[in-house]
Amino acid sequence: MMRFIFVALALLFAPPLAAQDTMPPAPFAYRQLDDPAQEAAAQELMETLRCLKCQSQSIADSDAPMAGDMRHQVRIRIAAGEAPEDVRAWLTSRYGDYVSYKPEVSAVTWPLFAIPGLLIILAGAVLFGRLRKRSA
Amino acid sequence: MSWKVWLPLFLFAGFLGLAAYQLTQPKDDFVESRMVGEALPYFDLPPATGGVEGAATTDFQDGTPKLLNIWASWCLPCIAEAPQLERLKEAGVPIVGIAIRDRPEDVAQFLARHGNPYSRIARDDLSEVQLAIGSSGVPETFVIDGRGYIRYQHIGDIREDDVATLLGELEAAR
Repeated sequence: MMRFIFVALALLFAPPLAAQDTMPPAPFAYRQLDDPAQEAAAQELMETLRCLKCQSQSIADSDAPMAGDMRHQVRIRIAAGEAPEDVRAWLTSRYGDYVSYKPEVSAVTWPLFAIPGLLIILAGAVLFGRLRKRSA
Repeated sequence: MSWKVWLPLFLFAGFLGLAAYQLTQPKDDFVESRMVGEALPYFDLPPATGGVEGAATTDFQDGTPKLLNIWASWCLPCIAEAPQLERLKEAGVPIVGIAIRDRPEDVAQFLARHGNPYSRIARDDLSEVQLAIGSSGVPETFVIDGRGYIRYQHIGDIREDDVATLLGELEAAR
């Protein structure tokens, strides 16, 4: 029984087969920028950038090494004086809109913004028509 | 009762059908690089281990199309593609490797165990080149033409039937 528990515990803590690298994280993966305003701008941007390795997480939320390297890029670029939207543009020119969580109105996405408005207008028209019929 | 009463139900059923269909479709996790067709961004990286040469953007501007292989010794699919890289090397293709977040001793061990198909191997400890060329994982292989422009991206390990495709893309980049 003890042996079984031991084996079970050993399995529980076994390293995953698809090992990741053992290198230390990039300098600015976890280190905040000294300037609080710059760090706040970097943090806000990082929360709207998608981790490419661990999709559905932002790079601010992910501990994947690649997300750390992306945070490093974001922080050093912000520290060098780049505007957050320029950093986002740099990434989208490489990975497409996919890398950004910020909703953008584009040739592909405009129905997402237009349809709710149209539905509200439609519902309003129906409601108006019925109320008028009832009062008449 | 007019047929219009059923309209919302039909709409709902249609939506349900669409959702069910989408659920059965395999998910495409590949993030394609938008840098295909663009010039290789500037980089100049040191060698990944002893006895190999580092790599720079200028190495891709000598008129010969090359493969740029993003890999790492800690990446399991990279072991699977090693025989295919060997075949490409035997076909006369220069392959420049970029080792992502890797230790020199691990790189040396990988090369000793799985062979060295590379003409150069650079070390990229911060995934800088990987991010600059729009690669989102290891392994990925890019065809770079003789002027240093990215022509083609292969995502994932190179399988046996991908070798001909890559040779074709290299020929087209000539």
